[in-house]
Amino acid sequence: MKKLALSDDILLKVEKPARYLGNEINTVIKDPAQVDIRFAMCFPDVYEIGMSHLGIQIIYDMLNARDDIYCERVYSPWMDLDAVMRERKIPLFALESQDPIRDFDFLGITIQYEMCYTNILQILDLSGIPLLASERGEDDPIVIGGGPCAYNPEPLADFFDIFYIGEGETVYYDLMDVYKANRAAGGSRIDFLEKAASIPGLYIPAFYDVSYNADGTIASFGPNRPCAPAVIEKQVVQDLSSVLYPEKPLVPFIKVTQDRVVLEIQRGCIRGCRFCQAGMVYRPNRERSLEYLKDHAAKMLESTGHDEISLSSLSSSDYSDLQKLTDYLIDTCAAKKVNISLPSLRIDAFSLDIMSKVQDVKKSSLTFAPEAGSQRMRDVINKGLTEEVILKGAADAFAGGWNRVKLYFMLGLPTETEEDIAGIAELSNKVAATFYEIPKSLRPGNGRVDVVASTSFFVPKPFTPFQWVRQCTDEEFVSKQKFLSARMKEQLNHKSLRYNWHEFELTKLEGIFARGDRRLGKVLVAAYSNGCIYDSWSEFFNYEGWLKAFDACQVDPAFYVHRERPLDEKLPWDFINAGVSKDFLIREYKRSLEGKVTPNCRQGCSGCGCRIYEGGVCYEA
Amino acid sequence: MKLRMRFGKKGIVKFIGHLDMMRYFQKAFRRANVDIRYSQGFHPHPYLSFASPLGVGLESCGEYLDMEVNSYDDLEAMKDAVNAQMTEGITVYSIHHLPDDAKTSMSIIAAADYQIDFREGMAPCDKETLNSAVLHFMESPEIRVIKKTKKSEREMDIRPLIYEMYVTSRGGIWMQVAAGSVTNLKPELVMETLCKQEGLSCDSYGWLITRCDMYTDTGNEQEGRHLVSLDAFAG
Repeated sequence: MKKLALSDDILLKVEKPARYLGNEINTVIKDPAQVDIRFAMCFPDVYEIGMSHLGIQIIYDMLNARDDIYCERVYSPWMDLDAVMRERKIPLFALESQDPIRDFDFLGITIQYEMCYTNILQILDLSGIPLLASERGEDDPIVIGGGPCAYNPEPLADFFDIFYIGEGETVYYDLMDVYKANRAAGGSRIDFLEKAASIPGLYIPAFYDVSYNADGTIASFGPNRPCAPAVIEKQVVQDLSSVLYPEKPLVPFIKVTQDRVVLEIQRGCIRGCRFCQAGMVYRPNRERSLEYLKDHAAKMLESTGHDEISLSSLSSSDYSDLQKLTDYLIDTCAAKKVNISLPSLRIDAFSLDIMSKVQDVKKSSLTFAPEAGSQRMRDVINKGLTEEVILKGAADAFAGGWNRVKLYFMLGLPTETEEDIAGIAELSNKVAATFYEIPKSLRPGNGRVDVVASTSFFVPKPFTPFQWVRQCTDEEFVSKQKFLSARMKEQLNHKSLRYNWHEFELTKLEGIFARGDRRLGKVLVAAYSNGCIYDSWSEFFNYEGWLKAFDACQVDPAFYVHRERPLDEKLPWDFINAGVSKDFLIREYKRSLEGKVTPNCRQGCSGCGCRIYEGGVCYEA
Repeated sequence: MKLRMRFGKKGIVKFIGHLDMMRYFQKAFRRANVDIRYSQGFHPHPYLSFASPLGVGLESCGEYLDMEVNSYDDLEAMKDAVNAQMTEGITVYSIHHLPDDAKTSMSIIAAADYQIDFREGMAPCDKETLNSAVLHFMESPEIRVIKKTKKSEREMDIRPLIYEMYVTSRGGIWMQVAAGSVTNLKPELVMETLCKQEGLSCDSYGWLITRCDMYTDTGNEQEGRHLVSLDAFAG
């Protein structure tokens, strides 16, 4: 019978003990004694979130496909277990073997959002691995980070031995081979890192030095030894239909966020919305072939027994064979009572037709993401969506029987005026008005419409055309939100409108770390020792602890968030080539200020720089 | 077509709760290609029901799951196919056919057997003392306890709900108690009451509880109780 790292008395005491058992269906079981490399793959958040992440599943299967590697999983222990582990000095363990993480060769951490940074420190701390890479010895695991936040790894530079810039499918095998060869040759930890530095896409922060100007900006940044390249090149998969994709995804015992088969139909996005980091750093857009997707959908449904399949991509409506794919899924899934879920679809006649076939119109709500309320503002952010299209979509949806609509907007976008904010209330009102234009007897549902507008606060991100702009202050955010709340109430159809907004404190921290530099490492350590952890969970979010940490480290958050950066400033992430060139980003930034829309990748190439990857939409006939 | 499955749940899966077990079996049946019947509509649900929820931390070798299927070939083959999809600790022992008008096990369950073993060094007393305590306990004309439910607290006599109870050769306790939606007696409550009434130390962590079987009652008022294992009952 499987051994467990935690005793029965602990498991009976903590919430959801199944988080810590492993042994889920399709778990890979290997004999650790029979492999050369033990790799612990970590998502630094609670099990239910981490288990829903596709990237980890891909790397898990890819590494385990090799007989000489055993890849296991680890997630953040929830706060109840965290306390027990500290009290009883139980080291953090991997789910499969239940062995301590500190005995592994590698600890891989996927870094999906800024507000998980303190959880990364928790993982290291509970594992008994020194927080600072500089303090790790020959017996400590190599700590490697990847994922979207690795596109500006600098705030985390102190804690990682290696950052992996780009897609997981590309250079992991090379890295593993280098590790084995180095060990066979009797090489040290530093020998290994020096060899790893020559693998494209791998960034070893200890091999780079930074100096600063008197005003706090970066004066110089560069390698401090010959093995380290001056520029780190993002690694991308050329053909997504020829790489491994999970056929037997893990099936957890407890309900997790993605309790379904996830089929990634394409990577990247053709749209080029100027606020969207994913749309920039995952370029070029690459589709998986229809045959590949059909094959994987069938295999994954069979191997998991899931009763739902979800298409995953940044903008599913742009997938070329969407009609054929959904026809296939509707055909095969209906008989098996499998639900189909289609997030990130643009609302139009085509998508409404598909949705009416796969979901209960009466119970579901439709989501529009205009992102901004006025046409001027939408042009600034290059969201190629007009009011006419939105209202037409809404009218079609109401005619199709829907009467619940969600609208997503951002507040605090560059150049935003009060008219732009008022536009959010006015657009929401027009959507409701569209419903009431339907003759009373023909209105769906109870004859009333429910329009929910939500705003989040805009955070400028690296490798976007807005990477230089200032983020609003807390006071500005609050006043914008209050202004909008008041405008919502003034609308003719205000009884059909609801308005939700996000908290600004988290937005501020997200902004600081998104565009931060190495000097933030000490703030993270200070915040963590002040008890900050699980920052994205409102029940644990400790803003006081953060403010004290900035104070104690004498770091001024305003430098990172509220400062307009000159276009020629050296940015902390400039040493990474993420595909989109700085020239392109500057061009896009200038066009945004002129309110000029840039065509999407299918309409015409804007010369962003991603043709160098020789694949995807750039080379479509 | 109605079927009844008997299965066991041992080892680390004892930490998987009742609702998660239901989700687990739904997916397992899909993987095993069992042709489960679903309700109609946009949110079809499978016709599956457990006889009785098993508490987290308890093991069992006598769990029952009733299901409706549209078709099947051979029940032995189905059992093997489902077992091939099971995780460590869950074993299907048998699947048997029920008549179309059979009531669900949930609605006919009347009693359950439990085996309580003690963790290493956590027995409340030596075997002899335990034996006399249980005998004394069972001789009580009535055993009044405060039974707490989510809504209320009420005093009740649980003695008539304990059908049998004795100390086993390996020093544990075996009991047969009332079970079902009307009167249900949890083994933990019996143990607590025993310890309290007989002056034994009471640490529930020391109890390793296994549900051994569940029964329906085919008796009548004149002749009294006649318990039949749900596995042997095809009514």
